[in-house]
Amino acid sequence: MEEIENNGLISLTIDGKRCVAKEGEYILNIARANGIFIPAICYLTRCSPTLACRLCLVEADGKRVYACNAKAKDGMNVVVSNEEILEERRAIMQVYDVNHPLQCGVCDKSGECELQNYTLEIGVDEQPYKIADVKRESSNWSSVLHYDPALCIVCERCITVCKDMIGDSALTTGPRGGKGLDKELKDTMPKDAYAMWNKLQKSVIVPSNETNQTNCSDCGECIAVCPVGALVSRDFMYTTNSWELSKIPATCAHCSSGCQIYYETKPTGIANRDEKIYRVTNEWNYVSLCGAGRFGYDFENRTASKDANALKKAVAAIKKADAVRFNSIITNEEALMLQTLKEKFGLKLLNSDAKAFKDFMTYFSNAKGATLWDGNIRTMMQESDFIISVGSAIRHDNPNVRYLFNNIQKLNKGAGLYFHPIGDKVIENLGKNVACIANKINSEEAVLYWILDKFADKEKLPAEVKDYLASLSTVTKKTITETIMEDIIETVIDEATGESKEVTKKVPKKVNKEIEVNTSKLLEMFGAPNDFADTVEKFLAKKENFSLVVGEDLYFHPRSKNLAILVALIESATPFNVAIIPPKTNSLGVSLICDLDDECSGYIVGYNEVGDFRLSALGDGDLDMPAMNQQEGTLTNMHKRVVPTNAALSYNGYTLNDILNELGIGKRLTIDWTKELPVKKGFEAREFDSLPNGYNNDGSENRGYGLKSQRVKIVESLPKEISLNEMSAELIAYRCNPQRQFNEFTATAHQIFEPFALYVSEEKADELGDRVVIDLEGTEFVLDVKIDNRMSGNIVKLPDFKHSFEIYKFFGQNRFKSISIRKA
Amino acid sequence: MAHIEEHKETHTVQKEKQNYVMLDLGKTPKFGMPAFIQVVKRSLSLELLKGLGVTFREMINALFKGKMHTTKYPFEKLPISPRYRAIHEMLRLLESGHYRCIGCGLCEKICISNCIAMETRYDENQRKEVSQYTINFGRCIFCGYCAEVCPELAIVHGGRYENASEQRAGFSLFEDMLTPIDKLKEQKEFAGFGSISPNADENIKKTPLAY
Repeated sequence: MEEIENNGLISLTIDGKRCVAKEGEYILNIARANGIFIPAICYLTRCSPTLACRLCLVEADGKRVYACNAKAKDGMNVVVSNEEILEERRAIMQVYDVNHPLQCGVCDKSGECELQNYTLEIGVDEQPYKIADVKRESSNWSSVLHYDPALCIVCERCITVCKDMIGDSALTTGPRGGKGLDKELKDTMPKDAYAMWNKLQKSVIVPSNETNQTNCSDCGECIAVCPVGALVSRDFMYTTNSWELSKIPATCAHCSSGCQIYYETKPTGIANRDEKIYRVTNEWNYVSLCGAGRFGYDFENRTASKDANALKKAVAAIKKADAVRFNSIITNEEALMLQTLKEKFGLKLLNSDAKAFKDFMTYFSNAKGATLWDGNIRTMMQESDFIISVGSAIRHDNPNVRYLFNNIQKLNKGAGLYFHPIGDKVIENLGKNVACIANKINSEEAVLYWILDKFADKEKLPAEVKDYLASLSTVTKKTITETIMEDIIETVIDEATGESKEVTKKVPKKVNKEIEVNTSKLLEMFGAPNDFADTVEKFLAKKENFSLVVGEDLYFHPRSKNLAILVALIESATPFNVAIIPPKTNSLGVSLICDLDDECSGYIVGYNEVGDFRLSALGDGDLDMPAMNQQEGTLTNMHKRVVPTNAALSYNGYTLNDILNELGIGKRLTIDWTKELPVKKGFEAREFDSLPNGYNNDGSENRGYGLKSQRVKIVESLPKEISLNEMSAELIAYRCNPQRQFNEFTATAHQIFEPFALYVSEEKADELGDRVVIDLEGTEFVLDVKIDNRMSGNIVKLPDFKHSFEIYKFFGQNRFKSISIRKA
Repeated sequence: MAHIEEHKETHTVQKEKQNYVMLDLGKTPKFGMPAFIQVVKRSLSLELLKGLGVTFREMINALFKGKMHTTKYPFEKLPISPRYRAIHEMLRLLESGHYRCIGCGLCEKICISNCIAMETRYDENQRKEVSQYTINFGRCIFCGYCAEVCPELAIVHGGRYENASEQRAGFSLFEDMLTPIDKLKEQKEFAGFGSISPNADENIKKTPLAY
């Protein structure tokens, strides 16, 4: 077989087909990437192999191995099935079918059930095995999860995904209480089937916290991966059969991750034939959703109608307006329409989240010489083994970054540093090599300088930065106690002969020793814990591939310009791959397409925001607009891709394009704007209908197109010195939405119920009571106090997902703010 | 295509097999006089009265001997075959009286005119409940697939063929089709389309049970 050299590629034969793959890849993944079918139930791509089902048994070079955990070797010959393997697989499926309830008629999974599929595929037509069943009661595990152990085949996919991808580790196996297998079976039945059954008969899935409720993020990923009907969403249960639903490929519109999802629709009922979304599903082998994406789908604008009068008023309002205030939960097309309005009518465009992000990106590109960052979150997930997150509450801001952080720990044997002023108990427990560093508020400059100091190739650093870093570092002398072995010469008198003899002995001895330690003032500046330097040294052992993700705190920061320059410098001078996380759904798209203005007064048209005339997709404005699940268009996500989304539900009102048509500058359809997206900013002039939205068999993304980074002139690439803006106040609030709540649309969804409240740690809650009055520069809110038992520390979290509170206005160019508070 | 070819073939085979016999009708007269003679002969041979005699005999039988052949529809109805496919019925479990339908949705799926719709939900007893069920009889072609696919013998074709009405919606809801609870005793096991064959036991392999 010919050798392919130098790039770590090997070639092997699977089922007679020659495949080229990366060295060390699992056989199963190679087969899947090459379109070869190997049966497997328990394996999840992107997670560690469980080896529960044993169906993926194959013969590699004549040796029986499990394709999901056997690494491919060069020149290997893999036989997918032969008589013995088929016999094993048939026995395994026969065992899975023992005592499985014959209630396919009412089971939610029927029609897309892997147990049904494999039973047919492998041709189980008789049942030679039997064992007495035990009563297994179904139960609700949380507000969304329903578990029926009678249907469970204990493939442990839910446990695996929760641990390796989500990071909650909320599930584990518990005792089933079933009878042991007949010992005779061991000799009479196929070996793997017996081993599988032996394990199956002993366990069921239980919450890992030894209660009957899971302590988790309610993301529902376990529901998605369940091959049978054991885990279902409580809301979806028994409402429809899977085959009645039509799958509409779309993009989740809640955060900047822009995950690929399917809205699954069918008529609401017999009397009402309007389509309704019954659930959201995902390609769980390639993308994992969060709770908002999976359960926050019914945010459509139901009441919209074609109110010609309101349209006229809207047109008049636009003509009269000084500015349009909007947020980034809009499509690229809508952003382009708003930009067109700006150009034709001289309107100002106001957008709090995208403005801060755009400024940051401008400083970043002026320092870097290109418009976009280089890091790619999907490749980081596969390759990186050391990750640093700065300035983002990743559990809230972007769950997919949290999954990335976790996956690196679990699958790449990685380490991670999470810099955030608010401690997070979930992140803390993602792995042994994870440290949450509660840096001082607004001290991110020091953190980024520390990364430069620690990791930068000093040759690549500008002299000024080198000098500055040197000036911050001090050499101190430290006394440490060391144990050394000392030779002692003893004189021993031989008792028999009376002669004295000298014997050398080794004796341990503690010695104090002075060593020189290179400490940097930076650590003190951001408030590193005492053992920080040692921890980092420990984490860094054998690490090769470094990732840095930076988030919203850096854009809303008094020193955001300097931070942007530092990030650019880290990208060029250190081995770190850098990813910049846009704050809201389409902040990246809006920041590229729109020229945004500073806050101004005057007559303001609000689009899903406060204004004198309000366009609203929430159904509460002066003119209705379509919500994200009612319109076609593209979004620009944090993976730097322009991805399409489709309309799942009908919409009866007017769109932004209709307003533009009234003004004489519209197009026939909203999606006619797609090919007009600015090529100069990195977009492509492509028709909407030519944009794919799916994944390839090898897991690569086949969605829309990638944004192209544009070259720009380097204007300012030298970072300034650190200036700390320490905040000292009795109470500091952090602008941050509760988990699963991203915007007003998620708040409308009936399965997302995290309220608009003040979120505090358990210890702080005792101090504050149940209800508080918050004073934000004279404006008072009364808010409930909710405990977020996964956060720690004294800082409180104040959400921004309701536009009417105008939280952005109060916080301004900082995500932290000192507030005064009193008990209500 | 193969199907059509096959059909054509059987058609030609049939044609070849047809074996017609001509009746001996005698010669048809060609001129005026012989034709006139034939008419007179046929008229005067009293064949007409023979036929009238049969009619009269049957009239006497029907009127006085009680041998009436006409069915007095709509007061009387002819029995129909159990395999006849008229308006559907929803059967109940004989023991509990609960309806048999489990809401599996197979009838909805198999329906080729797409006229069955149902709503199901998770009920208080942790079971799947059929909250709404309807058949659009304006579209139903009475093919019987729904009855055939039903795993519970819940939906069957009844004998109610009189479905002329202003609106067919009147017999299309679950309650309309369901056996009235007070008539449960009169509910007959369905013998038609989709019912279990008498020798069903012989055709299945029993699963071993550990009890």
